[in-house]
Amino acid sequence: MRIAFGILALIGALALQTTISGLTLGGARSVNLVVVAVVYAALTFGPVAGLFLGTAGGLVQDALAGGIVGVGSLAKTLVGFLAGVLGAQFIVAQTFPRFVMFVGATALHEVCYEGLYALVEARPFRLHYQPLLIQAGVNGLVGLLAFFLVERMPGLLQRRRARRGRY
Amino acid sequence: MLDNLQRTGARPRTGLLFLAVIVGHVILISSQVQSGSGMPVLEAVTFGAFARLQGVTAGTVRGVRDSWSAYVDLRGVRAENEALRSQVDDLEIRLQEQRTLAQRTERLQALLDLKAFVNAPTLAAEIIAGYPKRGLLTVTIDKGSSDGVTENMAVIAPTGVVGRIIGPVASHAARVQLLIDTSAAAGAVTERTREGGMVVGQDGDPPLRMELVSNLADVQPGDLVVTSGAEGIYPRGFVIGSVESSERGTHLYRSITVRPSANFRGLEEVLVVLIPPRAATPENTSAAAGGGPR
Repeated sequence: MRIAFGILALIGALALQTTISGLTLGGARSVNLVVVAVVYAALTFGPVAGLFLGTAGGLVQDALAGGIVGVGSLAKTLVGFLAGVLGAQFIVAQTFPRFVMFVGATALHEVCYEGLYALVEARPFRLHYQPLLIQAGVNGLVGLLAFFLVERMPGLLQRRRARRGRY
Repeated sequence: MLDNLQRTGARPRTGLLFLAVIVGHVILISSQVQSGSGMPVLEAVTFGAFARLQGVTAGTVRGVRDSWSAYVDLRGVRAENEALRSQVDDLEIRLQEQRTLAQRTERLQALLDLKAFVNAPTLAAEIIAGYPKRGLLTVTIDKGSSDGVTENMAVIAPTGVVGRIIGPVASHAARVQLLIDTSAAAGAVTERTREGGMVVGQDGDPPLRMELVSNLADVQPGDLVVTSGAEGIYPRGFVIGSVESSERGTHLYRSITVRPSANFRGLEEVLVVLIPPRAATPENTSAAAGGGPR
């Protein structure tokens, strides 16, 4: 059930990410829904889930985006695994720690991604801080929204149904 | 890192899984990234790692192949060597045959020349046997009475007088007493001074001596000795040999040794002079002393 949910989340994230990228070419870098899905799965289901979903999501994204297949995948695998480990180590059930996790994971993913490309293309390492900060913030917000929807939505719906039934 | 993972609650299997996935990624990326030489990193690393192994394997295979090739070649060389050796032996035999044939041709040519020179009917004969017994030096020729050969006919060779036919004569073979036999003799005369005498065989070296030559006669070493025909067997003027030594004798006659011109050790073909012997007469003797054709 957990695996299926994780896979569904990943597929949804990939679909949304490609859709957003297609609609807003310039704003595609403002959010990385795949990273959000991976970090969410890692915090929810543990490091192994983060590991596999990071690998799978990254491979699909790399394959769809072109370029070297495996760079984004490796970055997401690292992020997913570390997020899972940290999620098991620390209490990240509150909003702020979760936001920090998403922001940190996004930053780590970007550093790994750019670092690996700099390594394999033998070029200097360059990090664009402004887009990174924007993406990290957006990812954090999207991640918090995802947690809110998943955790709160069933209760809200239940209460709404109960309220309707009372009237 | 694994210890850290264990402290954080992750099971060791998770850490191994993480490592495996990371390694898988590295391999995946390396397979697409080109190295400085233009070769993908994965290929470069694989190539570098396996190059030595391949080198060892190739060297071993090459060594085995070379050894096998050398062995096969050696076997081939050995067989070829044997075949070539056999061929060389065969060719040497053929060469010997050809050389013998050439020598025989030369001898027969010389014999033909001699036959043309002799003013008498002659018959070429081949020596088929020899009996080098001390005191009786004879050979057998392949011509006999059916070919017209009779006893006491002269036998000559291109290089000089050989001997005479002695009986009995078979129909297809005859015995020849060599001139160097101790009981053989021939009337002789020196070519330079026409001093007459008799050449007889002796048991020594040289195997001929000239007798009945006066101490007063002028005979010197190197003088050619030819047949005089006085005994009625040998035609006149055929070379017997040359004087090797000529010394004054203790009695009336000189002591003269003659080296035969015919090579008695290498005789193969001879000519039989088909003239029946005639009795020795004073006329013949004087005529012989007077010289004859040569």
